[in-house]
Order: sequence, then C-alpha cells, then structure tokens
Amino acid sequence: MFDLFAFIPRAIVQGIPLLFGCTGETISEKAGSLNLGIPGVMYVGGICGVIGAFLYEQSADGNVQAFPAIAIPLLACLAGSLLMGLLFSVLTITLRVNQNVVGLAMTTFGVGIGNFFGGSLIKLTGSDVPSIILSSTSAYFSKTLPFAHSTGIFGKLVLSYGFLAYVAVIIAIITAYVLKRTRVGLQLRAVGENPATADAAGVNITKYKYMATCIGCMIAGLGGLYYVMDYASGVWTNDAFGDRGWLAIALVIFTLWRPNVAIFGSFLFGGLCILYLFIPTGTEMAVKELYKMLPYVVTIIVLILTGMRNKRENQPPESLGLPYFREDR
Amino acid sequence: MSKANREPLIHITKRKEMDWKQAWIIRVISIVCALIVCALVTMVMTGQDPLSIFGAILEGAFGTERKLWILGKETAVLLCVSVAMAPAFRMKFWNLGGEGQMLIGAWLTAACMIYLGGKVPSVVIILISLIGAIAIGAVWAGIPAFFKAKWNTNEVLFTLMMNYVAIQLVAYYIIIWENPKGSFNVGIINQSTRDGWLPYIGSFQYLLNILVVAAVTVLMYVYLQYSKHGYEIAVVGESQSTARYVGIKVDRVIIRTLLVSGGICGLCGFLMVAGTDHTITTTLAGGRGFLGILVAWLAQFNSLAMVLVSLLLCVMSRGAGEISTDYGLNQSFGDILTGIILFFIIGSEFFINYRINVRGSDKVIKEAKSAGPEGGLH
Amino acid sequence: MRNITKTFGTIVANDDVSLDIYKGEILSLLGENGSGKTTLMNMLSGIYYPDAGQILINGQPVTISSPREAFEYGIGMIHQHFKLVDVFSAAENIVLGLEEEGRLDLVRAGERIRKICDTYGFDVDPTQKIYNMSVSQKQTVEIVKVLYRGADILILDEPTAVLTPQETERLFAVLRNMKKDGKTVVIITHKLHEVEEISDRVAVLRKGKYIGDMITSQTNAQEMTNMMVGREVSLNIERPEPVNPRPRIRVDGLTVRSADNVLKLDDVTFTVNSGEILGIAGISGCGQKELLESIAGLQKVESGTISFVNNDGSEESLIGKDPLQIAEMGVSLSFVPEDRLGMGLVGSMDLTDNMMLRSFRRGRSVFTDRKTPKKLAEKVVDELEVNTPGVSTPVRRLSGGNVQKVLVGREIASSPTVLLSAYAVRGLDINSSYTIYDLLNQQKKDGVAVVYVGEDLDVLLELCDRILVLCSGRVSGIVPGKEADKNKVGLMMTRLGGGDSDE
Repeated sequence: MFDLFAFIPRAIVQGIPLLFGCTGETISEKAGSLNLGIPGVMYVGGICGVIGAFLYEQSADGNVQAFPAIAIPLLACLAGSLLMGLLFSVLTITLRVNQNVVGLAMTTFGVGIGNFFGGSLIKLTGSDVPSIILSSTSAYFSKTLPFAHSTGIFGKLVLSYGFLAYVAVIIAIITAYVLKRTRVGLQLRAVGENPATADAAGVNITKYKYMATCIGCMIAGLGGLYYVMDYASGVWTNDAFGDRGWLAIALVIFTLWRPNVAIFGSFLFGGLCILYLFIPTGTEMAVKELYKMLPYVVTIIVLILTGMRNKRENQPPESLGLPYFREDR
Repeated sequence: MSKANREPLIHITKRKEMDWKQAWIIRVISIVCALIVCALVTMVMTGQDPLSIFGAILEGAFGTERKLWILGKETAVLLCVSVAMAPAFRMKFWNLGGEGQMLIGAWLTAACMIYLGGKVPSVVIILISLIGAIAIGAVWAGIPAFFKAKWNTNEVLFTLMMNYVAIQLVAYYIIIWENPKGSFNVGIINQSTRDGWLPYIGSFQYLLNILVVAAVTVLMYVYLQYSKHGYEIAVVGESQSTARYVGIKVDRVIIRTLLVSGGICGLCGFLMVAGTDHTITTTLAGGRGFLGILVAWLAQFNSLAMVLVSLLLCVMSRGAGEISTDYGLNQSFGDILTGIILFFIIGSEFFINYRINVRGSDKVIKEAKSAGPEGGLH
Repeated sequence: MRNITKTFGTIVANDDVSLDIYKGEILSLLGENGSGKTTLMNMLSGIYYPDAGQILINGQPVTISSPREAFEYGIGMIHQHFKLVDVFSAAENIVLGLEEEGRLDLVRAGERIRKICDTYGFDVDPTQKIYNMSVSQKQTVEIVKVLYRGADILILDEPTAVLTPQETERLFAVLRNMKKDGKTVVIITHKLHEVEEISDRVAVLRKGKYIGDMITSQTNAQEMTNMMVGREVSLNIERPEPVNPRPRIRVDGLTVRSADNVLKLDDVTFTVNSGEILGIAGISGCGQKELLESIAGLQKVESGTISFVNNDGSEESLIGKDPLQIAEMGVSLSFVPEDRLGMGLVGSMDLTDNMMLRSFRRGRSVFTDRKTPKKLAEKVVDELEVNTPGVSTPVRRLSGGNVQKVLVGREIASSPTVLLSAYAVRGLDINSSYTIYDLLNQQKKDGVAVVYVGEDLDVLLELCDRILVLCSGRVSGIVPGKEADKNKVGLMMTRLGGGDSDE
C-alpha cells in the first residue's frame, strides 16, 4: 500500500536542501553567473556549520543553550559559504576567468574541504564510527513546530519540520517576489539578460553580480547546514551529502528559473529521490536505483522541450555564463 | 572643465596576444606561488617545515617502484580524459559529461566481462568490450551534441545531467551483479579466469594502459594539428560564420567531434575496468571527468602541457595522500591542495589575457611579478 | 558644442566641430556614412568623451561623462541599435536603472507611460514584451524611455533606417508633437527628403568636419547634396576598357527577408558581366550584404533567381546551394566579405592556416597539406607587400590593411570567375587602397566578373564600369561609371530613381 501521508513529509525533507541550493543558484544565474561550484558551496556550508556546532558543544560542556546552539552554526555556515561566493566572484567577475572552469574547481575544492575537516573532526573525537554526532545542537535545529503531533495529519504534513525548512520556503518566496516585483530584481535580471543594456541604463554590473553570487552562495550553503543538522540529525559522514548539489542545479532548469515553482519542484524531486522506498515490496532492489535516475531524466526532457519550443520566458538568462567586459561593446 | 580627467584609476584592457614565453613564465610563477601556499597550509596543519613537506610529497609520488607505477596509472587516466576533452574544447563546446561517458564505457566493459566470461575466448571479450565501450561513450556524448546542433540546447547543463543518468544506470547494474549479495559491490570480475582482462606486459600490470593513453595522446595531437577534421574543428570553434562561409557543415562537425570526445572517454572507462580495476563502482570516474576539463582548459590544447598538468595534479594528490598518512591527516587533504593549485593557475590566465593600466602611466604594471599571488587568493 | 575634436587611434572622427542646437527646433544632422555625425552626438549623450573642446548648455559649460549625466541635463539619445532587454515588458525596460523613491510600481509606471503616449500620440502597451514587438514598436519604447526620464533634447540616430514609410510618417508626426511641446529634436540622417519634410534647420558634416548649416525652407536638395558629398575629387584610379564583356551572373527578381522578417532586398534584377567591375552604391544597410551573400550561397532567398552563365551560354541556378555545392558545380566564386575577421578569416590562426580555409579539402588524404598554403601565403606576402613578421603570425595581429591584403590575396589566388567584394578598402590607408584597386583591375583584365560594393562615391565613380545604386533594398538605377555624376548618384542613393531618371 502506498502511504501518501508518510511519503509527503519524507519527500519534503529530502527536497529542502535542494530548495536552498536551487534558490541560491537561481539568484546567481539570473545575474548571469552559472555557478557550477554550488555542490562545493553546499559542502562547505554544511561542514562550517558542523565545525561551529562542534566547537560550541565542546566549550559548552554539556550545557547547551538554544540561542547559541542555533546562531553559531548558522553564522559559521553563512561565513563559509560567503567566502566561497567571494572566491567565485573574484575569479569570474573581476578576473573574468571562465565560469565553468572556476565552478568545477570550486566543487572539487569544496568537497575536499568538507571531507577534510569532517575527517579531521572525526579523528579528534576518536569515535569508532566514521562520523561526528552533534545531537544536542541538532536537537534545536530539528525541533518541530508546536502542535505538530497533536494536530493529526495536518500537523504531520505541515508542522513537523525544523525551522530551516520553513526558512527555505520563505526565502524562496521572498526571492521570487524580489526578482519579479522589485527594482533590485528588475535590475538583477537585466544584468543577466543583457549586461550592456543594463550598463547603459546606469546599473552597476559588478556590484549586482557580486551581490547575486555571494547571496546565492550563502543561501545554498544553508542547504548543507539543513542537511547535517536537521535531516541527518547532526551526524556528519564524509560524502554523505552526495550529489544533491548537482540535483539542485538540475532543479533550477526544471523550474525554469522560478524560485516559487522551485518550492514544489524540490518536493517533487525529493519525492522522486525516495520513491523507491515506497514502491511495493517484492520489486527487485536494483530498480530503486533506476527511480533515482528520474529527476535527471525529467530535467533533460525539460531542457530539450524548452529548447525546442523556444518560448522566450523559459530560456536561460541570455548572457548566462558569459563574462561582461564593457570595452567589448 | 571642472572634472576634466575622469579616467578611472585602474583601467583593464584586453591584450592582443602575449607571446608564449611570457605566458609560460606567468604560469610557472603562479604554480610556484601555489606550491608555497600549499606548503604554508600544510605547515599550519602539521607543524612541519616546508622542506620536509615537499620531501614527503615527492616521496609519496615517486618513493618506491610501486608508487611510481601507481602515479603513472593515475596520470594516464587523467590524461586520457583531458585528451578526450580537447577536441570538444577546441570547438568551444563544454562537454561536462566526461564522468558519465567514462562510466558508461566502463559499464559496458564490465557487462561484457560478466555475460561473455567463460563463453567466448578472452580476446573476443576484449575486442567486443573495447569497441562497445568506445561506441557507447560516443553515443553518450553524441546525444547532447545532436540537440545542441539542431536546437541549440544548452550543452553545459545537458552533458552534466547525462552523468547522473549514467551513474544511476551503473548503480542499478551493480546491485544486479552484486557479489556477494547485499554488499553493493561487484567484486573482482572473473578473478579466476581473467576473462576479458587486458594482458600484462611482462610483469607490469599498468604498462599497457599507459602506452595506450600515450598513443591516444599522440594521435589526438596529430588529429587536431594536422588532419582536416582538426582544422574544421578549429574553424568552427573560432567562428561559426567563417565556417559556413567556406562551406563547413557546422552541425555535422559538432556531432562528429563529440562522438570522438565521448568515444575516448568510453575508451578510458574500458581501460580502467579491463586494464586495472577489474571491477566497477559508481565512483569509478571519481571527479576526473571534471578535472580533465580543467586540465584541458589550462593546457590550451597543448598536448605536452596536458601531460605536465596531469602529472602535476597527480603528484600533488599522491603526495598529499602520503602527507595525510604520515601526519595523521585526512585523505581529502589532496583535494584541498589540488584546489589551491587550480585556483592559482586559473587566476593567472587573467594576467595573460588582460592588461592592467594605471592612470597616469601607460606602462603595464609589474604583470609578471604580481601574476601569481594576486591570481589565486584575493 | 564648441571646437569638439574626437579621435579613435589615428582616425579623426570629429575635427574641431562647433554646432549650435536651439531650443524647440528640429535639427537635421546630415552627412554621409563615416562623416562623424553619430560620434558627435555620442559625446552629447555621454557615450564618448571629447578629446578637446567643450559643451555648453544654456551658456554654462558642462561635463557629460555618462548617459546618466546626460539625462540630468535633459539629453537623451535613441541609438540605432536598441538597448532593450528582450524578455522584459515595455514598462520594465523603461524604468530600468531609474532610482525612484519607493517600491517598484509597474502599474503606476504604466499610467505615466500612457500619459506620455497620449501627449505625443504614441501607441505603446506597457505590458507587452519586447520580443513580441516590431522594430518600430521597439523604437517607440526607446523614445518613451527617454521622455520618461524627462529629456528635453532628443537625439535620434537614423531612426527611419528600419521603418516602413507609414511608420516613418507616424514617427514624424510624433516628433512634430514634441516640438510643439517645446522639446528639441536632433535627427541624424542622410535622407534628403526626410530633412526637407521634418526639420527646421539642417547642419552638414563631411569627413569629420563641420561644413555649415541652413534653414531647411531656404535650401534645396541639390544644395544639400553638394554640401554633403563635396566637390568631385580626382583620385586617378585606372579604369581600363572592359574587354569582351559577356553576362556572367544574372539576378532576376531577387527578394530576401532577414530573420526578423524585414524586407532586405526587393525585386532586384541585374546582370554581372565578365571583364568588368560592377559597382554597388548605397547607404549602408540597404541590402548590399544580403545581395552578395545571396550570390555566395550564404543567404536564404525568398524569391527570384540567380544564375551563373557558362562560357557556352548555358545557365545554372545558384539558388539553394551552399558555398560547397557552388564550388562543386565548378563555379569558382570568390567572396571578400565585409566582416573580415568575423567571416573571411579566422583571427587567431596564422596566415598559412587562413590560406587553407578555401582549399583544405583538396586531395584525398585525411591530413591537411600545409606546404601549398604556406607557399601561397609567402607569395601573397611577397606580391602584395603584406607587412607581417612571418607567415606564422596570427592575422589578428596584423593591421587592417594587411588583413585585407591577406584576404583578397587568398580570394584571387583561386583564379575566380566571379569576385564579390564588400567594402574592400574600408579602414585602409591610401596606399593599401590603391593596391586593392590595382588587384581588382588586374582581375577585370583577366576576364573576371567583379562586384565592388563601396561607400566612397569618388572611388566608385572612377573604378567601376557600371554602378548599380541601391536604395532601401531596391534598385534605384544602374549608371555607366564614366558618365555618372556624383551628385546624381548621391540623390539616387537617398531617393528611388534619384528624383529624375538617369536611364
């Protein structure tokens, strides 16, 4: 029997890291920066949160308070992702190096940083299993809303998540609003579509690209934080985050650069990722791996269809991936 | 005129072309700076002096005969992927699907070994899997190329997604082929019969792979430099309108070139499974599909540079491995050092392509000197 | 504007130009291509900054170093190439870059836009996306954008070049409304009838120099043409008599539309003869590019025929064939395109590799033969006196004249029967230009059918045996080079048939 009410919450928690990554990448891409370093950024965001939580737990010595337990990992995560964003910005915007190259190098680097510090911390704790467990700080991250358990199905579907999940949805909604309805969003989109026009209209291209990339990276970094502190209940294992970063980039295409659509898109992708757990037993174990292929196949189909239909609103930002150099005019 | 001189303080202009000597000096300086930063980072981590750190790196890469062979094997794989990327790059087509193309080639090789093992002679298995791996790698790259040529579909995103389709496909078969059951591991295929294994040359297991990759590298060099196809690729990459002007069929060249690129990736997967690993995992490519892109980009189609950059990266990663064991650090330390080196070389390209003019002087400021440190970390 | 001078490299675009613009007038800025009209106005709108001279507004000296500062002085310019974001709506484009108080309110902006439209008689839907608009609608958005920013002085750079006659009429009506409202309008043009129709005053530039101004009602087309083109200059270009000319290419009823469905060539009919140079004159963008590319097999043709006439008089159609197929037919057709480094040559490749572009397919070997092209490159360098460090230098590093010599050298090396050339001497110095003229004449003597698209009337008149004058994609007339009168050709370029017949 397919248990829809068990399925949906699990799909949602799977989708939240993707939603963070997707929103961040969308902001960046709307300003014309194709940041393929997002998987690395999410790793860095995750590990920085872990380091923050770890240090706090060590110093608090069993006396863990709610506010610092949340604030310290959060700030550490944002700072780490911001640094990655700055690295990407300096290399691609100021030094005008190819975005794909920098992005790929950043992913290698970011995953390396994540696993390196993760591995080092594991060694420090001297634990037998290859993971760090930060259950006391994590408890604050995964705390559900009040009434989650007393309101039946509604509570289970809507209220049973940690606060970062709601943050993800709120950020996505705000981003969608800012991009579509505000002056900043308008100018940001103009930078991604046609920087020469935006430049002529007096928009500071460099400033907007830097802002978009850095804010995008910070949001994406939160995805890493959510994954460790909430989804994985504070357990960091090297490489456990897996390919979620790439899935987030796929989600950007799938949602046609719309963060509001991404909310449901991420739940859908999350659902596709765990669908194998809910298909009737008796099916061969191997088939579940084919189910995991679904998000990527769906993305490819969307990519092909939008390319063929050629509807202008659904295309990637026109100058995506291209550096802007005023004197090229 | 109150505000007569409005020229900004620093003015960046595009360079026409820098002669290769100067460009290489900048690159070498940036690598040296990167190594210094790497040493500093390692010092902080281990508390050792830089000399012994470099000693350990060299020891890790070249220390024993076995280490030397492993270095050779690793370099060969990375070089093979970079060589595969070169033609696509030359055409300015971003093939980010190297991972998937390698993996799918490896998958086909493994399938041939498993299903044909014991039924037909080993030579036949090798031949079938060789041809099959190249063909399926080519197809894997050819699909995005087809859509790029016909509908201008974004190839960066398309090739990227194809990687994960390949990974999941392989994951599916790994479970089917599991040995023992439930281990999510295929184990060594045909361990006793060695059906479908590439032969050792003398007693050297890795030599054949290295030789094949060396041959492919030379062939690719010749293909790009001297063949008509290579010439067409270069023209299409530089200017599609020029290509049309002289009657080159642009879409045909795009598809053909990606078939070559994917085919070599498939070959690489074949070499890894049939030549060295004799098993298959989803992480077989291990990021080398992406790293190969960086190598090809950094080397700018120069085959010798490709060999050197691949070697440098492999030495660093092997050396970092050694350091991590020696000083109780994590294996991923190598990725961090690789990242630092990459950022430095990548950053140095700016100083090769652009000229910085400071107001009031037409002179180019200290480009060679400042290239390295400013290139990487800012 | 007082004593304005602007140079680009060695080219003097504006030389000591002084120009007055009065409030509430419509001023036409008249001049041939490359006479420096656009450059001058770009300095007023903050795109360029003058090397010398100064700008005064209401008697006060001002500095304008960016478009934004120009807006502060109430100056707005509508460029030939629209600066609009395609996926945005009209309103979004109009408010882009404005630092208004409060939040972005497109509805209110839309109302303001409608108000502006009502005042001047525009028709713009603020919510319509740019990519859904016609060229004239896009232009309207640009004008509204400038007005929205409160501009009092509007500069329009060849606004009618992309418009149909009806659209032009509508635009002019709007401009008159603006004048009534006290705005100043400067319109850059080279179409005389438009000057007569719309402007109060006309100022003429020639070769970067200010020639003079006149009240439009007190002058006539002839006088303006004289000022615009100047006196006939004798260049002493050789023009040997055509030997035994016979039809080589017949073009009949050729009609071509661009990708965005603009009519580029309209029912063009003419013949190119062997052993003569056919000149093509016209304002730039009047279909010259499409005409040559149609013959070379690079342009999709809507209707009409192009046929190659063999020596025995038989004809073969060139329509629907790509360059390779044309070559396979045995037609040796050479083409020197306008965009040398974007189309004719590959900038990053060296001379040898560029020589190969046409010939690399020869032979059955899978490898390219670089020996023959290298010899050819050396020969071209030697015979045409190309100034280069060697044949392995990337062509991008050569100067414009040398690049052109390499290109022409390659194209004539294949001993063509037809040679098409577009703006073959653009950007070249005098000596290089004469080298090119000699080469073309040499080809003509060898019996080649040469088509020469040019912009300098003096050269066209002295070099070509016949001159086909294009006007907005239509044939305005074909005149013999020897008898052609510069002013008449100038008139034909701007008016179909040149007002009175030449044939």
